[in-house]
Amino acid sequence: MKNFLQNKKSVLFLSLALLPSIATAAELNQANTAWILTSTALVLFMTLPGLSLFYAGLVRSKNALSVLMQCFAITCLISIMWLAGMYSLIFTDGGAIQSFLGGLSKAFVPDMGTASLTGDIPETVFFMFQMTFAIITPALIVGGFAERMKFSSMLTFSGLWALLVYVPVCHWVWGGGWLAELGVKDFAGGIVIHVTAGISALVTALVLGNRKGFPTTAMPPHNMPMVVTGAGMLWVGWFGFNAGSALAADGSAGMAMLVTHISASAGALTWMVIEWLRFGKPSVLGIVTGMVAGLGTITPASGFVGPAGALVIGVTSGIVCFYAVQIVKRRFKIDDSLDVFPVHGVGGVVGSILTGVFAAESMGGLGLGEVTMLYQVGVQALAVAVVAIWSALFSYLILKVLDKVMGLRVSEDEEVQGLDIILHEETGYHNL
Amino acid sequence: MKLITAIIKPFKQDDVREALSEIGIAGVTATEVKGFGRQKGHTELYRGAEYVVDFLPKVKLEIAVPAALVDQAIEAIVQSANTGKIGDGKIFVTALEQVIRIRTGETGEEAI
Repeated sequence: MKNFLQNKKSVLFLSLALLPSIATAAELNQANTAWILTSTALVLFMTLPGLSLFYAGLVRSKNALSVLMQCFAITCLISIMWLAGMYSLIFTDGGAIQSFLGGLSKAFVPDMGTASLTGDIPETVFFMFQMTFAIITPALIVGGFAERMKFSSMLTFSGLWALLVYVPVCHWVWGGGWLAELGVKDFAGGIVIHVTAGISALVTALVLGNRKGFPTTAMPPHNMPMVVTGAGMLWVGWFGFNAGSALAADGSAGMAMLVTHISASAGALTWMVIEWLRFGKPSVLGIVTGMVAGLGTITPASGFVGPAGALVIGVTSGIVCFYAVQIVKRRFKIDDSLDVFPVHGVGGVVGSILTGVFAAESMGGLGLGEVTMLYQVGVQALAVAVVAIWSALFSYLILKVLDKVMGLRVSEDEEVQGLDIILHEETGYHNL
Repeated sequence: MKLITAIIKPFKQDDVREALSEIGIAGVTATEVKGFGRQKGHTELYRGAEYVVDFLPKVKLEIAVPAALVDQAIEAIVQSANTGKIGDGKIFVTALEQVIRIRTGETGEEAI
């Protein structure tokens, strides 16, 4: 039972309101099962094809396929790694080292059958649902090194990163590790997903260096309709991401969906208005980027805050992430090509910290239990800081080793020709 | 015979074709092109990154015209493609040595 409680992503399960449902948790709940099955499909839909199209549209036409390929291959690789041991290392009891890492008893899930339950849903469903989160996280990082990284190095990096960054961090927060014991609140992955991916994307951009020609050459998105299509899919899929993280078909899921939607809308409008005021016109890329910022920022808070908190978080995300993009790209001239750090990383940090504020009942949230707002914000900040440092350190180390062993970038000549033809011997577009 | 090459604003393409039809010119070849002239380019802004686009989209019309119709044709294009603003385009007139209709083998003005 203790183990099951720790496995739950939602600390809500510990709250008094839900105690009755825990009493019957040993039985299969078909309503919850149906919703998590649906959510699993929605979250995978965010990567394939949502994020893939979003990213592919943002790069130049000669690299469109390479980005689609990277997201696709990461999906397959992480799925197999998840079965082989990632799931076990995150969600089983690690014994003496449980605070830092789980065990290997569920590697290849030898005992998981159709009757196995996690809480009141089949373990197979829990396994699949959590897997889709592990897939999208390294796929997000693709935006940091897009248009210049070798495919072989990209795939090796993604696999090692999943093992050395995602597994421990996810265990600390959702697998009953030391951050969970401190009471950190991360409903759907502000820390586990957006901070890890955002920080790591920045590190990949710094280690690989800028794309040839950046920032003097124009590198506009090659297909804006594709970007908007992908962004729309992300928005829809995010309902599974956040509302599914309630691990139940209940009011908590409903509230998570509501606040997710409000934050996305507020972030989008805020970004649009800032551009309108600063540059004279509201841009399509601006409104969809603001939406993604709003979604990423509400993610850690989605099961803990109310609609008013979501509105504040959404508006804040639009403002902070907009200026973060300008600072990273324009001032520091760091080629985090598709702005993963300023949108996801900064959004994840801001959202994770604001969770400690707006989860409080006095701020319209669902309550902080026995701790004060100051304590909660402190725990959130500590978690963000430790996870950011861990992500940066291990991303850096993996990249440095791979650089020695296999090299990270394609040659300048190959970069000019484009990754599609060089690495995959295909092109996305033919002028027939 | 002359070959008239007119670079015009894309949205004027249909107006020009109609004006040419009215004076009895039945054949026009149109190509989407990009050009740079006094109009200069425009800027595009993506997440605050500004790109200057120097070459603007234009339509290039190529029209083979019998000597007797050249002045009328030029007049028709100038009238129909004119907006009064910078970037309306240009007309080039060059000598045309020969025209052959592939289907029948007719040559010269017969083939236009």
